[in-house]
Amino acid sequence: MALKESPSQTAGPYVHIGCAAQTAGLEKRGMGDQLGGQMVPAGQDTVTLAITILDGSGEPVKDALIEIWQAGQNGDYTTSDEFQNWGRQASDLSSGVAHFETLKPGRNGTQASHILVWIVARGINLGLTTRIYFPDEDNTSDPVFRLAGARANTLVASQTHVGYTHTIRLQGANETVFFDV
Amino acid sequence: MTEAPFKPRDLSWHPPAFFERYRSTHLRAPQQPLLQMPQTETELTGPTFGQNDLGPLDDDLITNYATPGQSAQGPRIIVHGTLRDEDGRPVPGKLIEVWQANAGGRYRHVNDGYLAPLDDNFGGCGRCLTDADGHYNFRTILPGPYPWPNGGNDWRPAHIHFSVFGDGFAQRLITQMYFEGDPHIALCPIVQAIPSDDAIDRLVARLDMTRTVPMDIRAYRFDIVLRGRNATIFENQREGT
Repeated sequence: MALKESPSQTAGPYVHIGCAAQTAGLEKRGMGDQLGGQMVPAGQDTVTLAITILDGSGEPVKDALIEIWQAGQNGDYTTSDEFQNWGRQASDLSSGVAHFETLKPGRNGTQASHILVWIVARGINLGLTTRIYFPDEDNTSDPVFRLAGARANTLVASQTHVGYTHTIRLQGANETVFFDV
Repeated sequence: MTEAPFKPRDLSWHPPAFFERYRSTHLRAPQQPLLQMPQTETELTGPTFGQNDLGPLDDDLITNYATPGQSAQGPRIIVHGTLRDEDGRPVPGKLIEVWQANAGGRYRHVNDGYLAPLDDNFGGCGRCLTDADGHYNFRTILPGPYPWPNGGNDWRPAHIHFSVFGDGFAQRLITQMYFEGDPHIALCPIVQAIPSDDAIDRLVARLDMTRTVPMDIRAYRFDIVLRGRNATIFENQREGT
């Protein structure tokens, strides 16, 4: 039986209700806990990853939902009590910055340390997939990084005193590379 | 690596990033084409969820925000269907999340200031896992249509947002479910950004009298399809085939 994938539709401006209820201002009431908010157990050291998405006018996108998926420090994708490989945060409704408390992933085979980033929002008809690489790693032999050629610099985060910060540009001269996976 | 890669996504089937009549795409649609890349372990894997991640009322939007003994206002409906991949295989044990406006078309969200009132007993958020046969089931109320700022007299058809996880992140999908017979489907720029009527039709739920409970609640059926996998390559394939 050959079927077609269900067509995508925008997550819209109220995506938080379903995927990041605290941001929507939704009280918990009868619902279970919000998912994806905690990747590392409380009290453990983390690396802060701050992601900002800019639109074509250079303004921060303040209603996006961002998911990340990454290897653990050992480079594999096996979730454990010590590390959840999946995280989900909303862009802050005022500043547009999304903060993840995570661990820096290890290398995975021939792949340099990297984080898959998936973005949905109002005005985005099909979720956008990109990657984050690290400025303090040798990315040059990574097969996906190499595909991006001269635009690969748009995939590299900047170091901060608590971790990394990364700007994703949806349009313009330095438009971030988005992948057809 | 145990599983074959996912089939390429047919981008001509999905709405394009830029759609003139949907104004929010103008500054948010990437202008460069997507860069094709091979799937790696990163895209072939993804998070898994279990019943422990969910609360007991998560699949019942009629009561999961209501004061005990009360329930949300609006026509009571069951929304159910099967999650399959493009090869027709059921996809069991996967997280489905839904969110929607209340019966008056108002979202319980800090950024929604529509005239229609909030319902004290309705939050608009639900989730469940597909069962062993890929089937899912929610109870909720029929959401109302509502106007939205898009430069004209634009109204969204009644809809429920769906977020779906697959086996790998390459299958991750967010979409919307509409209701058969809604005249706003043909008028809505967000829906009409989907290139073909055939594709739009896949997002239109059907009244399902076989699951409708007499004197209680009507049912709508909405089946969801995720990307399938490339054909398995058999090691003992005969030479020349």
